[in-house]
Amino acid sequence: LCLTGHHLIFSSRRQDNAEELWLLHSNIDSIDKRFVGSLGTIIIKCKDLRIIQLDIPGMEECLNIASSIEALSTLDSVTLMYPFFYRPMFEVLEDGWSSFLLEQEFELLSSVTNEWRLSCVNKEFSVCPSYPPVVIVPKSVDDDALRKVALFRHGGRFPVLSYYHKKNGMAMLRSSQPLTGTNGRRCKEDEKLVNATLRSGRRGFVIDTRPLAVAQQARAKGGGFEQEVHYPQWRRIHKYIERFNILQESFIKLVEACNDQSHNMDRWLSKLEASNWLTHIKELLTAACLAAQCIDREGASVLVHGSEGTDSTLQVTSLAQIILDPRCRTIRGFEALIVREWLQAGHPFQQRCAQSAYSNSKQKWEAPVFLLFLECVWQIHRQFPCSFEFNEQFLIMLFEHAYASQFGTFLGNNENERAKLKLPQKTMSLWSWVNRPEELSRFQNPLYEANSLVIWPSVAPQSLQLWEGVFLRWNRPSRFLEEAEEERINIIKYNKELQARVNALRRRLAELEAEDEDEEVQ
Amino acid sequence: FHAVFLLQVENVKLLDRYTNRKAASGTLYLTATHLIYVDASAEVRKETWILHHHISSVEKLPLTTAGYPLLIHCKNFHVAHFVIGQERDCHDVFTSLLKLSQPVKPEELYAFSYNPKMSKENREMGWKLIDLRLDYQRMGIPNDSWEITDINKDYEVCSTYPPEIVVPRAATKAVVMGSSRFRSRGRIPVLSYLYKENNAALCRCSQPLAGFSARCLEDEQMLQAIREANPGCPFMYVVDTRPKLNAMANRAAGKGYENEDNYENIRFKFIGIENIHVMRSSLQKLLEVCEMKSPSMSDFLTGLENSGWLRHIKAVMDAGVFLAKAVKEERASVLVHCSDGWDRTAQVCSLASLLLDPFYRTFKGFMVLIEKEWIAMGHKFSHRCGHLDGDPKEVSPVFTQFVECVWQLMQQFPCSFEFSERFLLEIHDHVYSCQFGNFLGTCHKEREELRIFEKTHSLWPFLLQRKQELRNPLYRGFTAYKELQPNTLPFSFQFWCGMYNRFDKGMHPKQCVLDQLLGCLSQKVTLEDNASHLENKLPIPDGPVPSEGCTSPKAGAAAAKAPTRPQDCAEGAAPVLSNGPSLGHQKHKESPAQPRDLGASREDGQAQHQ
Repeated sequence: LCLTGHHLIFSSRRQDNAEELWLLHSNIDSIDKRFVGSLGTIIIKCKDLRIIQLDIPGMEECLNIASSIEALSTLDSVTLMYPFFYRPMFEVLEDGWSSFLLEQEFELLSSVTNEWRLSCVNKEFSVCPSYPPVVIVPKSVDDDALRKVALFRHGGRFPVLSYYHKKNGMAMLRSSQPLTGTNGRRCKEDEKLVNATLRSGRRGFVIDTRPLAVAQQARAKGGGFEQEVHYPQWRRIHKYIERFNILQESFIKLVEACNDQSHNMDRWLSKLEASNWLTHIKELLTAACLAAQCIDREGASVLVHGSEGTDSTLQVTSLAQIILDPRCRTIRGFEALIVREWLQAGHPFQQRCAQSAYSNSKQKWEAPVFLLFLECVWQIHRQFPCSFEFNEQFLIMLFEHAYASQFGTFLGNNENERAKLKLPQKTMSLWSWVNRPEELSRFQNPLYEANSLVIWPSVAPQSLQLWEGVFLRWNRPSRFLEEAEEERINIIKYNKELQARVNALRRRLAELEAEDEDEEVQ
Repeated sequence: FHAVFLLQVENVKLLDRYTNRKAASGTLYLTATHLIYVDASAEVRKETWILHHHISSVEKLPLTTAGYPLLIHCKNFHVAHFVIGQERDCHDVFTSLLKLSQPVKPEELYAFSYNPKMSKENREMGWKLIDLRLDYQRMGIPNDSWEITDINKDYEVCSTYPPEIVVPRAATKAVVMGSSRFRSRGRIPVLSYLYKENNAALCRCSQPLAGFSARCLEDEQMLQAIREANPGCPFMYVVDTRPKLNAMANRAAGKGYENEDNYENIRFKFIGIENIHVMRSSLQKLLEVCEMKSPSMSDFLTGLENSGWLRHIKAVMDAGVFLAKAVKEERASVLVHCSDGWDRTAQVCSLASLLLDPFYRTFKGFMVLIEKEWIAMGHKFSHRCGHLDGDPKEVSPVFTQFVECVWQLMQQFPCSFEFSERFLLEIHDHVYSCQFGNFLGTCHKEREELRIFEKTHSLWPFLLQRKQELRNPLYRGFTAYKELQPNTLPFSFQFWCGMYNRFDKGMHPKQCVLDQLLGCLSQKVTLEDNASHLENKLPIPDGPVPSEGCTSPKAGAAAAKAPTRPQDCAEGAAPVLSNGPSLGHQKHKESPAQPRDLGASREDGQAQHQ
């Protein structure tokens, strides 16, 4: 066992088994010590849900090691974290920090419509601290109006374009709650902004991710929702997507249930049910389907928000895009989606992913919001196994890196913080590594065939499953499942090779025939 | 339609249970064997076929604005909700279906009228496809310790056993006859599977008539003979698959379980699998959960838990795993029984064999397993499946549970079965369809009396014909995996949507990996043909073709593994698979005459699953 500044390294002394375990200190969620006589045991629980047990002879030594690990895994300052020290061993082909710029996204948009513009109103992060410097807004709304709208929306998060549905020109906007308060304040600019996204005579839908009662209560604290009188062209639908500590508790309960091997069937099923995890999955998928349905089927524009607009809002808008937009189901497109709808949109990764399911701290701001999103993508993936360019491993990899990583991508809570930390200059981007061909090949889905259609997942309980790849990953043998995956890849790969060979033979034959003809002519 | 209709009703609606799509509207026909619904509202003609034998209940529901609803539940978990315009029509359909779905006499069963236009010789060959003697031969029997005896040829030992049984050589006729008087319904201990590697045997029987104190010397000698047939282990297990309480209650009726003091060197053990009545009501509860209209996640999981279904599946699996481990790891012989030894005993013995022996995970092997442990040993298919109008308390999903256990294993070991889930569903369908003779009656004696071998067809050749569509593309071949050691922690068991919500297509994955891979495999054959055809055309075979990797012998993992070695492997294992005159082989080689005969039936067979 060896502790470095950032890693716990365990190497087996046996010659035959040169296996080494490298564990990032930042991956450690909690550690327990136990003593039986002079034999000490340290149980390390990781954010990726793995549990490692170290038996250490000697009480003193054990205590020393434990306190070192504890100190190293709970660094106070972000700038001491590994990404600031990590020196990649690979050649950077493409800097991931500039792989996904909103400007590129806007260029694509401009080729189909001229109703939108890029606004730099937030260049200094002064209008909205959790927004990126550039955002896409309706062309008819100027920056002054945006500044006014920002004052009317929680945290300054005025409505911006999240997704444009090329098929029918409908738009999905996201924002935070309007600050109507108990007096029913209104903001003409806000109304103008959202109405600018409507086709004449058409209605739009506001999807509020809170139940009506919660939205009403929010008014007492200065928040609120869009009232019919002021937004007559909009229909409001309330969904119920859980937040923060409820999700975190659910996560903790589920992981507890998965790790307890003493359960009988009834107890397992009742624990699974009581964790409510799958209920959250079902609710979230339902809300995303609703948003997608409004856009694709009803031909209406949609505005999505909850309270702050940094959690459930982003879950809904990004999942709706997975359903609607084939591009988001490619590897590049999915990465772009995460950059656009999560990182740039200001999901507070550092707060939410500070601790995972084994933490005892129960801080209010920790929640598996991003994991829940990834699992929903996995559920859709399971129902449409041929429509995604990436595989399950890709999603698991993203889960791991969101919680602990050598890359700077998921550090900080928004673009503002990332700029202050100078992450693009001082750390390596996850995308720089992932997008190298040798890494990408591990994440490709052999069954992928581009599918340009909207994909509607089933949300029936029978259609949803526990994500074994994450929750049972360390509790069950994976050999046989990996072999199956290998077999799938081989079958498809072999066919592709055969096809190539047949094509090559055909070409060659054609060439020969052509030569023969030439000779005959001569 | 060539068939004669018994009844024809126009303007019938078929409701879709889950989507709010507009109900289909069309015509309902009743033939002698099927209910056929033709959807006239769809752009493409869509037919729904329901075999009368598959119908488990018909209900008239209260009148709605749309008309008179008729709810049909099927044994293969199809639920059809029709709405008929006229009350009279509805009543006619209702009464006809009641009659047609519950035949009274065995001769009315579909198998006796089913005519796939097959020659007499082929039909007879079909019945010989599975030869249990060959399976015993595979185990090395007869040998010094075990013999195949026809002592039961006149059913004197046991009326529900087949004429030929395998018993220890050391057990004399007197011992066998004596033991049979001490075992419920004469179901004496016989061999189910011999694990050749270490001579540990899996044996099965019914409960002893021990009461509180009765003994039987011959029965004790019988167990001793079984134990001594495996000299490598000083003891043997006797496993009672019932809950202890049930077994104890049986003692009051003069039955019960073995007293460890009376039998030399046995280790007695209870494995609590519930009885047929508990299983029946468990399935009923499960189906109610499956049929709930838009349930919440909580409703579903709570319902799933309360049904107890997965708990029972786990119990059966645990028992199978225990037997396999005892045989393989402890090298001990095991004698298994429940009450009569034809339900739970059949489940756990066949499961243990499947875990121990990769042969049973091939097409042919699985057929042998079902013929051996279920059909020959007298699982009362006719009663458990409710083939005829009879006692509803005798109906129980015992075989369904076994099929599900196999499916659960497939989830854990995706490359170890030659066949896919579809093969299981196909067999499950036909256990209820009564289209083939295999599952009719309750035991061999009854099947002889029904003359099913002369009058009906065997299912197996028909399934072998369809090997290509029923196979598992991921199968790694006969030798890739030996014994399976499944994980039986509760989270290893999944709800089988493909079975219990099979006809609710909306719930299933919208893209099917199995179809994709099967497509790949059939495409592979064409491509390989193309390639060799083109190669032959090329005048000089010079130089490597741009995309190599397929021709060169060390073309890497992909090329080495991808050609479906599975099939080749299995067929290569000659002594293993030469079980009976193999129609499968002939089909494989595409002999022109036979497949056509068999093929004729296929359309019919498929039609019923719409």
